[in-house]
Formats: sequence, C-alpha cells, structure tokens
Amino acid sequence: MGKKVYPYIPNSEPEVQKEMLEFIGVKSIEDLIADIPEEVRMKEAMKLPEPFTDEVGIYRHVSGIMNKNVTAEELRCFLGAGCYNRYVPAVVDEVINRSEFLTAYAGEPYEDHGRFQALFEYQSMMAELLDFDVCNVPTYDGSQAASTALRMATRITRRKEVIVPRNLNPDVMKVVETYLQPDVKITYVDYNDKTGRICLDSLKANLSERVAAVLVMNPNFFGVIEDKAQEISDMAHKVGAMMVAYVEPSTLGVLTPPSHYGADIACGEIQSLGIHMNYGGGVAGFIATSEKPEMVEEYPSRLFGIAPTSEGEWGFGDVLWERTSFANRDSAKEFVGTHSALWGIAAGVYLASMGPQGMKELGEAILQRQVCLKKQLAKVNGVKLDRFSGTPFEEIVVDFSGTGKSVEVINEKLLEKGILGGYDLERSFPELEGCSLLCVTEQTTSEDIKAIADALCEILG
Amino acid sequence: MMDGLSRMKKFHQARWNEPIIYQLSEPGQRGVLVPGPCCDCVSKEEVLGTLPAHMVRKDKANLPEIAQLQLVRHYNHLSQGNIGVDGNIDIGQGTCTMKYSPKVNERLAGSPKLLHMHPLQPAKTAQGVLEIIHKTGELFKSISGLDVFSVQPGGGSHGVLALASIVRAYWRDKGEEEKRDEVITTLFSHPADAAVPIVKGYKVIIIQPDSEGYPDIEAFKAALSDRTAAIFFTNPEDTGIFNVRIKEFTKLAHEKGVLCCYDQANANGLLGITRTAEADFDMSFFNLHKTFSAPHGCGGPATGMVAAKKELRPYMPVPMVEYSPEKGYYLDFDLPKSCGKIKSFWGVIPVVLKSYSWIMSLGADGLREVSRVAILNNNYCMKKILAIKGASMSFPHHPSRIEQVRYSWEKLKQDTGFGTADVQRCIPDFGTHYWSSHEPFVIPEPFTIEPSESYSKTDIDDYCAVLAEISRMCYEEPEAVKNAPQNSTVHRIDDDYFDDPAKYSITWRSYNRKYKGYFEPK
Repeated sequence: MGKKVYPYIPNSEPEVQKEMLEFIGVKSIEDLIADIPEEVRMKEAMKLPEPFTDEVGIYRHVSGIMNKNVTAEELRCFLGAGCYNRYVPAVVDEVINRSEFLTAYAGEPYEDHGRFQALFEYQSMMAELLDFDVCNVPTYDGSQAASTALRMATRITRRKEVIVPRNLNPDVMKVVETYLQPDVKITYVDYNDKTGRICLDSLKANLSERVAAVLVMNPNFFGVIEDKAQEISDMAHKVGAMMVAYVEPSTLGVLTPPSHYGADIACGEIQSLGIHMNYGGGVAGFIATSEKPEMVEEYPSRLFGIAPTSEGEWGFGDVLWERTSFANRDSAKEFVGTHSALWGIAAGVYLASMGPQGMKELGEAILQRQVCLKKQLAKVNGVKLDRFSGTPFEEIVVDFSGTGKSVEVINEKLLEKGILGGYDLERSFPELEGCSLLCVTEQTTSEDIKAIADALCEILG
Repeated sequence: MMDGLSRMKKFHQARWNEPIIYQLSEPGQRGVLVPGPCCDCVSKEEVLGTLPAHMVRKDKANLPEIAQLQLVRHYNHLSQGNIGVDGNIDIGQGTCTMKYSPKVNERLAGSPKLLHMHPLQPAKTAQGVLEIIHKTGELFKSISGLDVFSVQPGGGSHGVLALASIVRAYWRDKGEEEKRDEVITTLFSHPADAAVPIVKGYKVIIIQPDSEGYPDIEAFKAALSDRTAAIFFTNPEDTGIFNVRIKEFTKLAHEKGVLCCYDQANANGLLGITRTAEADFDMSFFNLHKTFSAPHGCGGPATGMVAAKKELRPYMPVPMVEYSPEKGYYLDFDLPKSCGKIKSFWGVIPVVLKSYSWIMSLGADGLREVSRVAILNNNYCMKKILAIKGASMSFPHHPSRIEQVRYSWEKLKQDTGFGTADVQRCIPDFGTHYWSSHEPFVIPEPFTIEPSESYSKTDIDDYCAVLAEISRMCYEEPEAVKNAPQNSTVHRIDDDYFDDPAKYSITWRSYNRKYKGYFEPK
C-alpha cells in the first residue's frame, strides 16, 4: 500500500514526523500518550465508511445527497412561521464569506479589530431600528434571546414569574420553557379567539406583583399586530413588571418600534435580515434595551464597546467583561460562548445596504403582497379569511375548516403543483384545526399568488 | 528568502483608519433596491391604510445611507483588519482547536440545495438534509461509542445546556428531581461546565486540582452524595493533561447513581484512541466547529453535538432525526419525557454538513492521523516554548500533554514586569495572536497554545520564534513592549472605557450622546 497523503495534515509526512520525534526525544507518537491507561483505550479501530479522499469524490458524495432536497426556491413558497424566505443581497454573502471573517474566532481587538467594529456597527444599526441604546452581539437564536430577556427581567425585578402569551411562536415557546425551568414560573395567557391578539382580560387576571415580565410577540405567531401593546406595557408597569417585546425586525421600517409602546426589553430573531434559511440553521437572536446600568449589567452576552486608542483611532473591546461566564464561571449572568457572530455581521451588512428607505420599502412590499394574497384567496370558494379579525402584516391565517379537507391534505396537493403551502396551525393549536398560516415575502410574485389561488380553486373544487 | 521570523517582524496589518459606517453615510444613497408592489391590485395608500395608525412608524430608522461599492469597500477594509485561520498561524487560541476548514465544504454548504431549505418543509422534500443529519449521527456512533445523537445545540456551552437539561429530565422521571440538586465539575473544565448547570437550577461544586494537576479525587469523593445529579468533566482538561484516573471518577459517580457528562470540546487529540464510551460516561458533546473542522465564524454559528447512551434517548431534545424504510428520513417528535427544545428549529445545519463532509473525506485512519499529529505538534511545540526565557508550563512533572498546554510567563513577569497581557498586546505586530486562558488565572500569567494538525513544522517553528522574540523584547527593549502594538490595525486601546457607565458606549448613538469630536465628553 502506498503512503497516504493528507492535504489538511502537513505533518502526516513520515520524514517530518521522524524529525519532530527526534527533537522531542521520543521514538513514537505512542510514547507521548503512554499515560493514557489501557482501560480507557479503544480496543479496535473506529468503524467508519471508506472515505472519499479526493475532492471530486467528496464533492460528488455530499452534493449527491443534498440533491435529494427540493428547496423553497424551486417551489412557490408560502411557508413562514418564524423562518422567512427572504432575498439575501449578494453583498451580504460576499462579506461573510470573506475568510478573514469566516475563519476567525475569538481574537483580540488588535488583530481582530474588524470583527469588533463590524459587530459594534451591527449593534448600532439594530439599536436604531429598535430605537434603543444597547444591543448585544447575537445570541444563538430568537428563542434564546426571548429566554434570556425573560431571565434578565427576573433578575432586574427580583421576581420569579413571567407571563407568556399562547400566541407566541410555539417553537420559541418550547425553548423558553426548557430554559426557564426549573426556577422561573411561566404563566400562560390566552389569545382572544376573535381577534387573535393577547386577551387583555386573561392578562389582567394573571398580573400580580409576583410577575417579572410580560412577553408580547409582535406581530404575533398568527401574523396579527398586537395593537394594544401600549396598554399591555401600562398594565405590566402598573404592577412593577417589565414588558418584553419579541419583534420581527424586518417589519420595523413600517411598524412602530417596541420602545415606542413601552417595551423595556426588545428581543427577536434576525434571520430575516439577510441570512439564508439553511433549513433553520440561519438563525440568530438579538436583545436590546436602554442604557440604564441595571439593564446593561444583566446581559449575559458579549457587548462590544468603543474606546480611544493612543493614536486616535477607533478602538473596541468588551463592555463589563466581569458579567460573563468567561470571567466568572460560578457567578456569571447565565452563560456565554460561541453563538452566532457571523450572522450578526450579515445582518449589519443587510441593514447598511437597505438603509432607512430600503427598510421602509421592504415593509411596504411585504404588506402589499399580503393584502394582494388576501384579495386573491377571497375568491376561493369555502376559504375563510376572517378567523382572526386582528390586522395582519406578513402572515395570514387561512381557514379551510369549511372545505371538508384538512390542511395536511391541501398542502399535499399544493406540493404536487409545486407550491409550498402554509404552516398547519393544528400542529400546535388543536383549536385551530383546518387553519393554515400563509406567509409572503418581498420575493413573492403576482404569479405565485395567482398560482396558489388557482391551485386552491382546483383542489377545493 | 527571509526566514519566518524576519518576515513576521516586517509584518504590517492593513490600517485604513476605517470610519464607523455612519460616518460614511450620505443622504439619498442606497446599497440595494427592493422590489416594488407585485401588482397594482391595491394602492399604496390602501396597503398602509390597513394598519392601525398608531402602529405605523412615524420616523425612518436612522440607518446609514451608502452606495454599494462604498459599502463593499468598508467591509473589505474591516475584513483586512481581521486575521482568521486562513491568515495566520492560528495556534495561539488554546482550547479553541483552530484548524483548517476545507474550502470544498464551504462550497457544499453554500449550495442553493441547503441555503434555500425552509425548516418546516415536508420531510419528503428534505430527504437530503435529513440524511446528512442522520448519517452524521451514524458516524458518531463509532467516534464516541454512544448510541443516540442531537445536532440541535448551537455551540459548546449550548451542548452543556442540553446535557444539563437531559440530567434534569432524567431525575424528574426517576422522581428525584428535588433531591438531586448538585452538579460536580472541575476547575480546569471549560467554564460553561459550571456556569450552565447553574442556569438549570443546580448548585455547582468545583473540584480543585491536586499537585499533579488532576482533579483531586479525595475532594471528589467528599463532594459526591445522594444529592449529586451529575458530573461535568472536560478531558483532557484545559491544561492539556489527560485525567488518567477518569474511569475511577465515573465508577465512583455511578455507584451513587450519578449521571456522567463528558465535555469533549478538547477531543482533538483523542480520535481513535479513547472515547466517551471507554471512559464510561453516559453522554457527551462534541464541538463540530472545533474538532470537526467547521469554521468559527468570528464566534458562531456553531454546533455542540450531543451524544448519549440509548437508555437516555427518552430524555433527548426533540425532535430526533430517524429513518425507516417506509417513511425515509423524518423528524420524530414523540418523546414525552424529553428535556424539551434547546434551540429554534433543528440546529445549525451548515455546520453539520461541513463536519460530515470532513469526516467522510478522512475516514477512520484519517481521523486517527488528525489526533496523532495534533499530539505530535503539541509536544514538539511544548519543547520549543519551554526553551524560551521566562516561559514555563503548568504542572511541569507531566512529561507529555495531549493536544494543548497551559503555559505560564510567571518568570518573565518576575524578571521584567511584563506578563501575559503584555505579550498578547505585542504579538499582533508579528501577524499572529494569542489568547491567555480561561479565568480564574490559577496558573500565573497563563497562555494556552494548541497547534492542531493543520499546522506544519515550519508554522510551529515560526510561531515559537515570535514568542522567543517577544520574550527577548521584554528583557531588552521594554519601551517597545510598552508601546505595542505598532504594526496592527490600531494602537493601544484605552481600557478605561469598558466598565464605567458614564464612559462606555455600546452603540454609535450612545457615543454621539456622550461625546463630540474624538471622545470629548459633552
């Protein structure tokens, strides 16, 4: 058998190994790990498939598997529910695929100045979008951002109960439940069955001076705008609780930022700001607040701050490092680690490329398509669009319960016609049997809308 | 040709004095345009009229206005002030396993066949991506010796969160959730092994090292009790020392019914040699962005893949990716005793795909060669560093280390007054960098070097020559050390601006409220 060459392992070359071993003063690599006891050694070699050692082979193998996917781009996509088929401008991919960013990690503010500045700028732009003064380096995802925002509120108020509405994204809800368990009590409030918005009576009945925070998703999971958000903030503040708003940042060119309706903490998901869906892998979370020290001190995340240098440049570094679990392992604010920094840089490039006018036009483009979709679907027999009376933004609830066909069956038939139907709400809300959550983005065309309306007419006869 | 050190001494990083992006803003400029209405079936007024007036934003968000070339140039300049594995001999971030991320894997992960997959698509349209996730688990059966897997956690600390959540779900099911309220870890385990279980409501006991650098087994015995829910051990620890008595620890823990969680963030020297299963741990996590080659992305996205014995499957995060001949690959949500969800959707799939591809390009022999060379590189590097004036290593009695070493500049500090923070400030002038260590600094003036298998002998020689040169400067040219860095993107940063609420600014708007000109207080 010929000698094996590993392109990623230069010192696999036997002559080099020999020279290095001589320098160390041992005979073999085995001598260097002689202290690993026999009892924990593997008894036989790993059993892995034969490798594809050349690049052609591995490329063919992996792309062969991935080619079994049928992507949202190859279909007409009406699926949203927390992950959005948005267009990612080419400049975003260009920047985050630069290997200086892609392959860096946790360097210092000198040789990794670029990472610090790019993320400081991301924080600055997010803060403007949200009209807050502080935003963090991204956390794992929107679910984590919501979870941490609630835990921050429990520390600030020194209370151990939070209120979460049932119209929160169920995927976010599940993560929040895991993260708050066991010491924070979650009280659920209902949504209003007619409007789809948080039921203020249910909220009122559950609010007390034990409550640290009220979470509001806006627009909520049903796509409905929580237009009583200010009232909810007032109710929360009255009992000394905080209002935490989980908002979709791409709506904020058009919709009021949460700080304007009394939110103390804003949080959410930035996937829609220039990050590819990646089967749900393109997610990252933000948290934003005022600059009150008692708020800033409660972030577990990295917060990059600006500072002068000896020669008058823009310098950067970590603000309040001692908060973090890197500095204090057993007395930190939650924990920090490798989260989603590259997606933060992506979102920064996105916001800068869109600018104030772009974000406004984006919101209008989405809203227009939603109104158009609703108009077209109104023509389909048996389909009801008034399940919830609240105002939608990018997603609408379509009620098929009068058609005699389940959402599952309808989606199956839509897929046959190359259409990716909406999210089957019954999966998480048994009371919404027959209801589907349809989503538009700025990529949705009038042909797409016509195609789904025509397809539904045909399917529903 | 100049030798490595001579070249590195002449290094100068790009210094564009790049403005903050807001300073580049010019009214009316646009980087990209967005599509207008898809048709004219509704007017703009009608569209905006659907919204409640008080929910419509009155102002425009204060975002920069910048044309596309100027935008690209700005970020190009920023990237040039960043260095990355592709740009330097990145062996200075011990515990981080900086290694080469093969470009073919970037090409594969950048395929539209992954980018444009929606996580809620029907499984039959997602067979390729589900197959990658499932097959990655199959590979880890042999790599870890365990049975069931989840790629959901978004990083190493998140992997610890998944393990701690599984521990809690397990004890809840056994009816001992209230009683079992303690977790034991060690001082040289990753800080997350302490910090994360605290979030999950556990009281954490940290075992100190004995004089040999091993976790003190007597202290461990004293700490174990019927209140112990789990142990979280990193091995080899952040010192690079492999805990040779690891099986005694797991045996003692199991005698008390305690769950054993192995932090395998430092697994790069162990592949094909020893595994989670042989050390008799019940579960572990692996950093796919470290050992398994996916790039670090300036700090994520990442994957802390969880592996567990099949007895623990009921408590794993939902959903699990499964396969049956009838259904093909699918997501299984039917785990009523599950610890719940850890992350939005199913995990950072691009990272999983890159790691799958990396493993499949190396095979069993290749993975073993990764670890053998990581060990060789580390011990070679260690001998070179220990020859540098002022440098020493923690727990010097150990003749060899696995994949990294925690060193100390204690002697340098005593002799010259310069310590690890000073060296850290000097080294960017040579086109590379290093990280000190996790806190607390129980090893005085620490630094941690991990020369993974990606680095050549010449790379290691050059890096060590740089460390030797900085040591020489500390002894002979103190003024140069004080003024470093000189050849980096920026000069010495004033650290007074990071802890005082009156002085720190986390956003540009905060800066503009506090200061005018260049840090002149308003």
